[in-house]
Amino acid sequence: MKRFGDFEAVKGIDIDVSPGESFGFLGPNGAGKSSTMRMIAAVSPVSEGVLRIFGLDPAHDGSAIRNRLGVVPQADNLDGELTPLDNLIIYGRYFDIPRSECIARARELLDFVQLSDRSAGRVDSLSGGMKRRLTIARGLMNRPEMLLLDEPTTGLDPQARHVLWDRLYRLKQQGVTLVLTTHYMDEAEQLCDRLVVMDAGRIAAEGSPRELITRYSTREVLELRFGAGQNADQESSLIGIGERLEVLADRVLVYADDGEAALREVHNRGLQPESSLVRRSSLEDVFLRLTGRSLEE
Amino acid sequence: MSRDTLMWRIAPPILRTARRPQRVVERNAIVYRRTPMVLISGFFEPLFYLLSIRIGFGALIGDVDFAGRSIDYAQFVAPALMASSAMNGAVYDSTMNIYFKLRYSKTYDAMLASPLGAADVALGEIMWAMLRGFIYSVSFLVCLVVLGMAESWWVLAALPACMLIGLAFAAVGMALTTYMRSWADFDWVPAVTLPLFLFSATFYPLSSYGDFGWIVELSPLYHGAALVRGVSLGIATWGMVAHVAVLSALAATGLSVAARRVETLLLK
Repeated sequence: MKRFGDFEAVKGIDIDVSPGESFGFLGPNGAGKSSTMRMIAAVSPVSEGVLRIFGLDPAHDGSAIRNRLGVVPQADNLDGELTPLDNLIIYGRYFDIPRSECIARARELLDFVQLSDRSAGRVDSLSGGMKRRLTIARGLMNRPEMLLLDEPTTGLDPQARHVLWDRLYRLKQQGVTLVLTTHYMDEAEQLCDRLVVMDAGRIAAEGSPRELITRYSTREVLELRFGAGQNADQESSLIGIGERLEVLADRVLVYADDGEAALREVHNRGLQPESSLVRRSSLEDVFLRLTGRSLEE
Repeated sequence: MSRDTLMWRIAPPILRTARRPQRVVERNAIVYRRTPMVLISGFFEPLFYLLSIRIGFGALIGDVDFAGRSIDYAQFVAPALMASSAMNGAVYDSTMNIYFKLRYSKTYDAMLASPLGAADVALGEIMWAMLRGFIYSVSFLVCLVVLGMAESWWVLAALPACMLIGLAFAAVGMALTTYMRSWADFDWVPAVTLPLFLFSATFYPLSSYGDFGWIVELSPLYHGAALVRGVSLGIATWGMVAHVAVLSALAATGLSVAARRVETLLLK
């Protein structure tokens, strides 16, 4: 549990992450993801409850825990007074790694995150995606057993996101434990073996992306748009189609294992939506089901 | 730092959690390796100060009584200027620079994600400010020698004294900086250092202040200036032990407040 004055940012969560696993916290802004990550990173004291990282208590062994962790924070905190290469070298020095070893690792990691040609410039001249990759490289300087990533691709363009996912996937294959937060369903589906859906400081559900979708949603979803202001009016005429309906401001979601069959039934009833789309269920639907709200509101 | 020395045993508890503050010094050294001009510019301040005394004041004022001796005015005032320069260097480095790293660039957040702790950040930054101050003091000493104002080898003893001044003012400067809420708060810095510079028995002896001498003795720079003056002239008195004690106490208090505040602000 984490309290800031009277505000309870994290009300109560109970999770276990095994070595080598890739674990995600999915939830909207304000769900308590970042507060949880800061506690795991041993830079924020736990207000109540038990937290063990590598079997150690952050209240007493914070430094020993941080020695084995890699951290990629949400806000960029690269050292603007140093070059990208020096950023990595000095960060390694904070871990007491010999200087020559730091230089070797820094060059190797710049190569891994595809920034070798930018090693000498100014950090400020890097794009958002490059900065995030540099931050990941920095987090790997101490060869961590576990890498914590807080919203790793928020604010990046699609291409930059895919480059980053590829690098993270390689780390996962190398056996690094990944713990990440995200409010993107596709990111959670791509990177997480297991995840928890967080809402208002609590865990709403836990499982693999597939399990969660099977448990909380149908195989397919039919999206219908009836035009501005008319979606709610159509609810009564849609009752009975699919397993469940969800009426949003801009569209109606019909949950059905066979989306095409549901769409035929809509047309049979004489309804004329402006547009329709059949798609596979995603974690977005799981979230909607669990909280009654959309993730990216 | 060896853990059984006397310094270690009397250090404030939070500082015992420091592991490798030297890494913070190393980080700053990398930054300054790229901007050596900042260090060269440190030569000019003492040069201009000393020239002004050498050219005009010295001849105008004549001799001054200090510790029962009659000494040349330049000999009286130069050590005080050296002490002031140590103070200014330390205050400059430990206020604006640290505020920027604390509130804007998030340099310390990155350090605290590593095994370094709040005490490493505080101790490291203050050690760095002290080191920079030391370089300025060496510049000052070189100027003294070049202008023919160094009377004996005793002036070398002014260097450790100035380091202690740097340590005390950097520690207090950093501690106060953690309480600053905006850049406007820094207008108070010269409002404090200027009167300290003018009224710390810098330009005339304590006796000139008459009944208000006790106010002057409250100034930390008074203790610094008196210490540097004493050692430069090779005078040893019990008062000097008191000066060292006052400056050490300030350093210890500043350091532990700074470390606690970094913890409160960044590890919440």
